[in-house]
This record gives sequence, structure tokens and C-alpha cells, in this order.
Amino acid sequence: MYRALTVSLALALGCVSAARADIVLADLSYRTGPYANNGIPSSDGFNDYITLLNERDGGIEGEKIRVVPCEFGYNTQKGVECYDKMKAAGALSIQPLSTGVTYGIIPKSMADGIPVLTTGYGRTSAADGEVFSTIFNPPANYWQAADAQIRFIKEQEGSLRGKKIALVYHNSPYGKEPIPTLEALARREGFELQFYPIDHPGAEQAADWDKLKAAAPDWVLLWGWGVMNPTALREARRVKFPIDHIIGVWWSANETDVKSIGRRANGYKAVNFHAVGTEFRIYNDMNEYVYFAGKARGEADNLGTVLYNRGILTAILVTEAARTAMKIHGTTKLTPQMMRDGFENLNITEERMAEIGMEGFVPPFSLSCANHGGSGRVTVNEWDARLRGWRQIADYYEPDMSIIGPMIKADADKFAKENGIKRRKCR
Amino acid sequence: MFYREAGDFKTNYADDSQTFPIAFDRKAYYAAMFVAFCVIPLVINSYWEKSVLVPFLVWSIAALGLNILTGYCGQVSLGTGGFMAVGAFAAYKLMTAFPELNIFFVVFLSGGITALVGIAFGLPSLRIKGFYLAVATLAAQFFLVWLFNKVPWFYNYSASGQITAPERTVFGVIVTGPNAPSWATYLFCLTILFLLAWGARNLTRGRIGRSWMAIRDMDIAAEIIGVDPLKAKLSAFGVSSFYIGVAGALFFASYLGAAEVTEAFGINQSFLVLFMIIIGGLGSIFGSFAGAAFMVLMPVALKNLLVGGLGWPTDIAAHLELTIVGALIIFFLIVEPHGLAQLWRLTKEKLRLWPFPY
Repeated sequence: MYRALTVSLALALGCVSAARADIVLADLSYRTGPYANNGIPSSDGFNDYITLLNERDGGIEGEKIRVVPCEFGYNTQKGVECYDKMKAAGALSIQPLSTGVTYGIIPKSMADGIPVLTTGYGRTSAADGEVFSTIFNPPANYWQAADAQIRFIKEQEGSLRGKKIALVYHNSPYGKEPIPTLEALARREGFELQFYPIDHPGAEQAADWDKLKAAAPDWVLLWGWGVMNPTALREARRVKFPIDHIIGVWWSANETDVKSIGRRANGYKAVNFHAVGTEFRIYNDMNEYVYFAGKARGEADNLGTVLYNRGILTAILVTEAARTAMKIHGTTKLTPQMMRDGFENLNITEERMAEIGMEGFVPPFSLSCANHGGSGRVTVNEWDARLRGWRQIADYYEPDMSIIGPMIKADADKFAKENGIKRRKCR
Repeated sequence: MFYREAGDFKTNYADDSQTFPIAFDRKAYYAAMFVAFCVIPLVINSYWEKSVLVPFLVWSIAALGLNILTGYCGQVSLGTGGFMAVGAFAAYKLMTAFPELNIFFVVFLSGGITALVGIAFGLPSLRIKGFYLAVATLAAQFFLVWLFNKVPWFYNYSASGQITAPERTVFGVIVTGPNAPSWATYLFCLTILFLLAWGARNLTRGRIGRSWMAIRDMDIAAEIIGVDPLKAKLSAFGVSSFYIGVAGALFFASYLGAAEVTEAFGINQSFLVLFMIIIGGLGSIFGSFAGAAFMVLMPVALKNLLVGGLGWPTDIAAHLELTIVGALIIFFLIVEPHGLAQLWRLTKEKLRLWPFPY
């Protein structure tokens, strides 16, 4: 009886707090299932940064932030269900952390006007803000990642003519994304592309790597996720493919993936769009207000890792968008539509990042009505097995928009035509 | 007391062979139909539609389909996910190739296409049985998923291999796509389920259903008394695949809105539907519904209770949910191996005797 009372009281309180105009943020996470290893650090980073804002600053401009979690186990169907749940909970923006879910909710988001933020994943052509009015994919997208990978290889090799490059990819919307860009680049640079699709979850790759060995590519691009990444690196060792000639995308660059290979992972490379590590001032505050206060969402054993930092980046972008929206609309009671305006006018400067305590975390970028993709600058990191950490080995590349720009526009136009959407006119 | 044949006079043969011979059942059925068709559309919201009702309706159709094949005709199939994919991709191709075609016809044509594919994959059932047939249908599952991944024509050459349902209307009301109102998608799926369930009930108690059951009970004996196994087995595969194809088309067009074949139609879905009919009850129309309800609603209810009600962390709740659903499946299979339908049958028997059991 007492228990039931408490529960109903908690429910009633929940309803009251829902009625209050908190800043409600969605946390679509996967702490279960085959990709939990990746989902946990991302979600931890996101939640810990929000906790920091709540504990240290009392939220944003005096408005507390409430995070509504929804567990979907990297299952597209459940993720789409989560979207509906978040919509009902009044979430201001959605960060699905899954390319498949992003594809599933793009049409819904555009119909409902709830902004979707996909940091470094999702549909690449969503960078075209004239078509995808509510979808934002800063600071860099898949096609820019593919471009940076090829650019790095070209710098090493001098010329790519006659070279063979293999793409080992997760056979899902995510893994298939870079193919159009790589094909365009292959035509221009004159290299030969080989494809090795790996089916979910990717724990079984022996046959593919034997085939790959026989085809003898010069470089391998790795677009894996979850257990597929360490398996691929292990298989590369088995067939004696030089590991320093493998370049991963930023989702194949998790410390846990590489550490399990041990010393032999030395020299593995991966592109990234943000810095790694705990050498940021913000970690002092995190220590004080979150970790030592016992308010960390996870076990605090993944601080400063690639995915934890990416979770922080997502949280920074969302909260900065909320701040921007408050400035534009002159109110602290936000709606998803206002939040959308906030994203569209988001301006991440070096000064602002320094204020937050994350100097040099990401290269500065700004979004606009037409540009929902940001600057697209991408760097290359190399794994140092002795230090068990990533080392940046190239400057941030400016993306080659002469190839990617028209492709984004063409793909966005195709989406607009299929779904009967008119291009907005951006001033 | 109130659950009796007594006093309900049947004066012609049609009355005698009706589906619900007991007046109470009949009234309950009419009431349920009234609520489903006239009350729920008035109160439904997006959450109930997307998380509870539409998935229940769609999975019910799939469970009906598999129950016809496995429960009535005795042919074990693990290819349900693959056949649902055929329905979904057929619907997608029809919707994009013929934009004027009414969505009702699209859904039923997709079912028809799946029926043809199902018959083709049912051919081995004439030579192999039991476990061996299960493995053959497993091959269908993997082959079909591979096919829809491999050949870009099926997904209109989209970069990601995803298919997205365009907007379609019935009598001017949008029923697919993101702008469809909740009541419209719900009523659309409900109408199709009603027609199909009514059809399944009447098929299974007619000549063809009896021939399926004869094959299921003992195929050699059935052949001796004049049942043609070729016709019986292939018709079961055809009808079952038709249902599953319709379920796949609705799953994609009305429920998900967008789908990617390896994830939406993987082997997991085949097992899910198989569990539904095993838990619900093999060879029972009611069992198909009960099984679908159990497998769809139980996780949602547990999630709401653990996360929404008790405020537990989502990951612990998700793990517990798997454990509890798994434990319940084992519990039901031990306590009632014939499924929820058998429990219902026993309840009805008891009700008839109540309050003076002997």
C-alpha cells in the first residue's frame, strides 16, 4: 500500500514536473545489445555534461535540464518507438546515435518540427538545410570522412593512380554511406575500389579477409561498429595485412576496440572531428560537481575516450543551441520549433569553446539556414599502443566540397522529390 | 450461469455451425468489434498507436499467417522474416512505380507476390519434413534478406539501402507516411486484420482447412483418404505467405515508415512470430492474437512499469525485461504447453460448469 502510494506520488510529481517548462532533452541510448560497448560511453558523456550544467549553473539561464532516457538497444524499430515516446514527453531535440534510426525518423521529424541532431552520423545530405529543415549533422559528415581518408592516403602515396583501396564496411545504412563519395573520388584519382560488406554484427570475417588478402589492396578503409572493429583488426593481423595501412572512420576508433588487440594495433589510424583525452579544463569541474559528487551516469571508467568525448560534444551542441534559441526568442521557455531556430543559428567559436572549458576540442564552425552540416573539418589520429592512446598526426583537413557539395545537393533533391518537399529559399 | 448454450435456440444449420455458438461469446465478440472500430479511433494517440496497437495488429496478421502453415498444416517455417521482407519490398516497389494505385490494392498485391514466392520456397516441403524443412525455410530467410541487400533495384538505388514509405491516402485520408493521423493508420490496419482473420477462421474450418489438418496429423493417412499433399501443402504455403506478405507490407508502410532489410526483417522476426504462435497456441486463431499480444504488449508494459513507474535506469530495465519475458515463456510452456489458447479453452469449459462443477 505504502509502496503503491509512493509510486503514484512519484507519477503525480512526474506529471507536475512535465507541466513545468523544464528544458527536456532526449537521451536515446543503447546500454544493452550488441553495440552496448559503444552506446554506454556516448550516453555517459552526454548525461555527465548535462549533470554538470544542472549542478554548477542550475541549468541553462536558470532553467533546469531534464534528460528523458529511452533504451533501444541499437534496434531501429525500438529507436523509432523512442522517437514517439520522446515526442510525447515534450523533448526539444532528438539525438538518435544511430544512422538507421536517423533514416527512420527524418520524415517524422520534418512533419513534427522536432529538430534532430546527428553528430558525425545519419544522412549525409541532411547538411542541405534547404531541404532538411529540421535535421542537423555538424560538425562533419560521412562523405567528408571518406574524403579525408583518401586525402591522407594520397599524401602518403603521392599519387593514387593504379592503387587499390578496399572498403571493409558494416552492411547497414551507416556502412553504405561513403560508397558514392569513394566512387566519385576513385574516378577522379584513378584508384581501384574493392568492397567487403560485413553483415551484422560482424564477429565472423575470416572469409572476407582471406579474399581481401588475395586481392592485395594497398590500403584498407574500415567502417565498422561494435564487435566488428576489433574482429577486423584481429583478422588483419591474421592475414598479415599491415595494420598501419588501415584507416578507420570515427566510429571505428574506440579505445576499447583497439586496446583488445594490444601491442599489435600500433599504427592503426582513424579520422576524427574532435579531440580526445581528458586534458580539458572542463574535467576539473566534472571532477568536482559530477564524479566526486557521485552523480556520474556510468562507472566513470571511460572518461576522455573517443565516444565519451563525443557524448560531451553532442551535449555541448544541444545546450548551446538551446542558449542560442533563448537569445533569439527572448524567452527561457523553449519549444522544439524555437530549438530548431537555435540549431540553425548555432555558432561554435574558439572563444565560446574556451569559456566552456574545451579549448581546441573541435574546429570552430557555424550553421545557417542553408548549411546544416558545419565546417566538415576532419583530422587523422594514429594509435600509439605503448601510450595506449590516440595521437593526432595531421592538421584538420578542409573538406573538398567541389565533389561533396553537388552530391549532397543531388541526394537532397532526390529526397525532396520522393517525399514531395519543396526546397526552402534561404537568404 | 450466464455462459451456457441453454436457451440459445439454433433453428437452422447456419446457426449450428457459427463460430461462436455460445451467446455470451457472440456478444463479447460484437462488443469487442464495436470498441475496436468505433471507440478506440476516437481516443487513440500517437504513443498508443505506434507502441501498442499498430504493432499488435501487424504482428497478429503475421502470427495468423504462420499459424496457418505451422499450426494447421504442420509445416515448420523459419522464413517468416524473409517473407515479410518480400511483402515490404513488393509494397515499396508498387507504391513508387504506380503512385496512383490505391494502398489497399498495394497491400493485397504485395501479399499476392509473397504468396508466389512462398509457394516456390514451399516446393521442398513435398520431399522433406520436420527439422529438414525448417532448415530449408531458414535458407529462404537468409537468401531473401541477402537478395534485398544485394540488388539495388529493390530499394530504388538509394545510397543507404533503406526504403521509405511515401504518403498514400484512402478516401482522401492519409494512411501512410509521417503525416498520417493515428486513427487512420490504426483503422487501416484493423480493417485488413479483420478481413484476414475472418478469412482465416472460415478457411480453417472448411474443406481446405480440414485437408491441412489431415496432412498435419499424418500425411500418409491423409494421402490414403484422398487428400492431395501437393495441393494441401502448397496451398498452405501460399495462403500463409499471403498473410505474412500483407503483414510485411503493413509493417513497413504503416508501422515503421522506413525499413532496412537486415534489421527490420532479420532472423529475429522469424523467431518472434514462431514464439507468438507457440505461446499463443498452435492451430488456433485466438492463439495467434493471444501470442501476438503477449509478445508485443508484455515488453511495453514491463518497460512502462520499471522505467516509468519505478524510475529504474533504462539499461537495467531492458535487461530485466529480457529475463522476465524469457522466464514467462518458459513458465507458460511448462504449465501449458498448448499455449494461451488452451488456457482459454479450459477456462471456457470451467465457465460452462460454473457454479456447479462436477
